[in-house]
Amino acid sequence: MQKLLLLGDEAIAQGAIDSGLSGIYAYPGTPSTEITEYVIRNKEAREKKIRASWSANEKTAMEAALGMSYAGKRAMVCMKHVGLNVAADAFLNSAITGANGGLIVVSADDPSMHSSQNEQDSRFYGQFAMIPVLEPSNQQEAYDMVRYGFEISEKYGTPVMMRITTRLAHSRSGIIRKEGVGQNSLKLPEDLTQYILLPSLARKRYQLLLENQGVFKKESGNSGYNRFFDGEDKKRGIITTGIAYNYLMENFPEGSLKNPVLKITQYPLPEKMVRKVYEACDEILVIEEGYPLVEDMLKGFLNTGKPVHGRMDGTLPRTGELTPDIVEKAVKEGPDDEQKVSDLVQVRPPKLCKGCSHMDSFRALNAALEEYSKGRVFSDIGCYTLSAMKPLESINSCVDMGASVTMAVGAADAGLVPAVAAIGDSTFTHSGMTGLLDAVISDSPITVLILDNSTTAMTGGQPSAALGKLEDICKGIGVKEEHIHVINPIPKEHDKNVKIIREELEHPGISVVIPRRECIQTLAKRMKAKRKVRQEKQS
Amino acid sequence: MKKDIILAGVGGQGILTIAATIGLAAVSKGLYLKQAEVHGMSQRGGAVQSHLRLSSSPIHSDLIPRGKADMIIAVEPMESIRYIPMLSPDGWLITNNTPYVNIPGYPDMNALLPEIRSHHNHIIIDAEQTARDIGSKRSANMVTLGAALPFLEIEMKHLEDALRQLFGHKGEEMVQTNLKALEGGKKATREYQEG
Ligand SMILES: Cc1ncc(C[n+]2csc(CCOP(=O)(O)OP(=O)(O)O)c2C)c(N)n1
Ligand code: SF4
Repeated sequence: MQKLLLLGDEAIAQGAIDSGLSGIYAYPGTPSTEITEYVIRNKEAREKKIRASWSANEKTAMEAALGMSYAGKRAMVCMKHVGLNVAADAFLNSAITGANGGLIVVSADDPSMHSSQNEQDSRFYGQFAMIPVLEPSNQQEAYDMVRYGFEISEKYGTPVMMRITTRLAHSRSGIIRKEGVGQNSLKLPEDLTQYILLPSLARKRYQLLLENQGVFKKESGNSGYNRFFDGEDKKRGIITTGIAYNYLMENFPEGSLKNPVLKITQYPLPEKMVRKVYEACDEILVIEEGYPLVEDMLKGFLNTGKPVHGRMDGTLPRTGELTPDIVEKAVKEGPDDEQKVSDLVQVRPPKLCKGCSHMDSFRALNAALEEYSKGRVFSDIGCYTLSAMKPLESINSCVDMGASVTMAVGAADAGLVPAVAAIGDSTFTHSGMTGLLDAVISDSPITVLILDNSTTAMTGGQPSAALGKLEDICKGIGVKEEHIHVINPIPKEHDKNVKIIREELEHPGISVVIPRRECIQTLAKRMKAKRKVRQEKQS
Repeated sequence: MKKDIILAGVGGQGILTIAATIGLAAVSKGLYLKQAEVHGMSQRGGAVQSHLRLSSSPIHSDLIPRGKADMIIAVEPMESIRYIPMLSPDGWLITNNTPYVNIPGYPDMNALLPEIRSHHNHIIIDAEQTARDIGSKRSANMVTLGAALPFLEIEMKHLEDALRQLFGHKGEEMVQTNLKALEGGKKATREYQEG
């Protein structure tokens, strides 16, 4: 079969298209975005009528995928690691309902927080839900494991998690495709009470999940994805998880590694295999990308067994992404002659594009807030979070999507009046709307700025679910029409915009100000596409 | 054959296009390839880099080990020296000389250029000028790639193949412009070496 040059994300997408996928559901989030984008753009996926578009948030995506699985078809849901927090209720309960058609939940972690608020490790969610977790070590494995994941999902009637990290998601490699398989036909679960988690029924389902643990463990031992490579030097056994294996092998070209190695890419941990390495070796080194999950399990709370090294005892750094160099320090002794970066080199952090509408919005907000003490602006996640940096320094919080509105409510309740929420249009429909309802019900003295750049810009300009709906949503939720203002964030309108925001800050109830101007990157892309259509028509 | 390459620049300067060109050319030549890219936040005008690994045998790590890179190809001079610790002592440092100043405290060029020249194997070219000369202002990234070609061991026919795959749908003119940019960069390196 043909060899494709694909990102890890794209390999997962292609794997799903080739494995009978019927629908993919997702909310964008780095580093998971390119999975769904690939399926949306893919011609074959369109011909196969695979359902592919963005959901309002990760919870709605997870639930829709569960619904498709209920109906017997193969579904995939993709998100970044913190998205799984949003989807957690549906996710954990899906382990109890089980799956009918194959169901794969892809969660993409971001160790080192390249584009995230934290570096949480999704494997804990997999362990928490007690479902099989796949953690591919390379792009080809990612492709192959999608097929396998759907198969065991259907075989055992369970959702399966695929956990990847930034480096795999955003690294390209050659992929060999497999013969495609067709989609499932509509077929409801045999037991139509399976998905009703009333206590009496849920208890039975939970029992079944517990009974399945042994089967899942056996599957981890037999699938061939977890592999043991023996070695003569039994002083130290090495256990790697996911892509950490590559960093280990990079340091030992052509069979020069003499220690036994257990390569983990599937959970629950295969007990027999782990026991074998543990018993054969004097001590264990665990190299894992993420939190010390396996290390902690092996060590146990009392740490009375053999020495276990890894991230917890400083053999490897406690935080951040692994690299071949970091792993080298843990497995080899050698001179530490690191070359330093020249003092001439300055940090170059990301910033708002020149001419970005957010810049004008925050300039106006800063001016309107001049007469008040500092520290009143609760914000959210998106390009506009970059307004925290110089020269704007406009905002005081960025916690989780939607938190701007509700944190402003709480701070206003405490007496911080006026309090401001600044939230992007896509973040608003993701999880700002329910908070606004709270604010309306308590008539909180807050001013909500919904920064409408008509796109989900931070993650590359996906369509925004809010497009054309914001005023109606706010009115529908109960914000009074006279306190909803749309303003044009351009330099020429600055004074007018400051005046409107200032007046609403003085209003003792809830107001919404919507600065509306398209993201210049999205605009440029749209214009380019338009030109192309025009050119094609002419020729 | 093994070539470990660091591509460096600022988000929006087109290093992903350089990466895609080399990547597709390598596949056309039948090499193994791993190419770690930066997507997400840093693309908004931040420092970005890409690790590109080509080899005639399978490759393990997506990231290049420190001090092992054979080459840094940079479309921006300050970004070129950010990754010098990654470069092997006899590796090549190839950079465009036009600074992209979007931060306060950007270093003085009179200090920056000697720092680049202090690296034994280096090439400094004016990619913007060459791009203007061939009438395609936006091809400075491809000119910079062209400057690296003498050290890359990838034949022109594979690169042409890659450009056709990347730009073919935009018309033959685009393919030719990019080929011209590559040739322009190659020539700039020749001239730099001849002094
Ligand atoms: C729960 C969760 N899901 C997804 C993300 C990734 N994410 C960060 S910002 C953003 C887009 C926000 O879009 P919008 O609010 O319209 O702001 P813009 O970037 O357009 O200014 C996304 C999807 C996240 N951080 N958290
Ligand atoms: S991508 Fe759009 S929203 Fe983001 S900084 Fe640039 S112009 Fe602003």
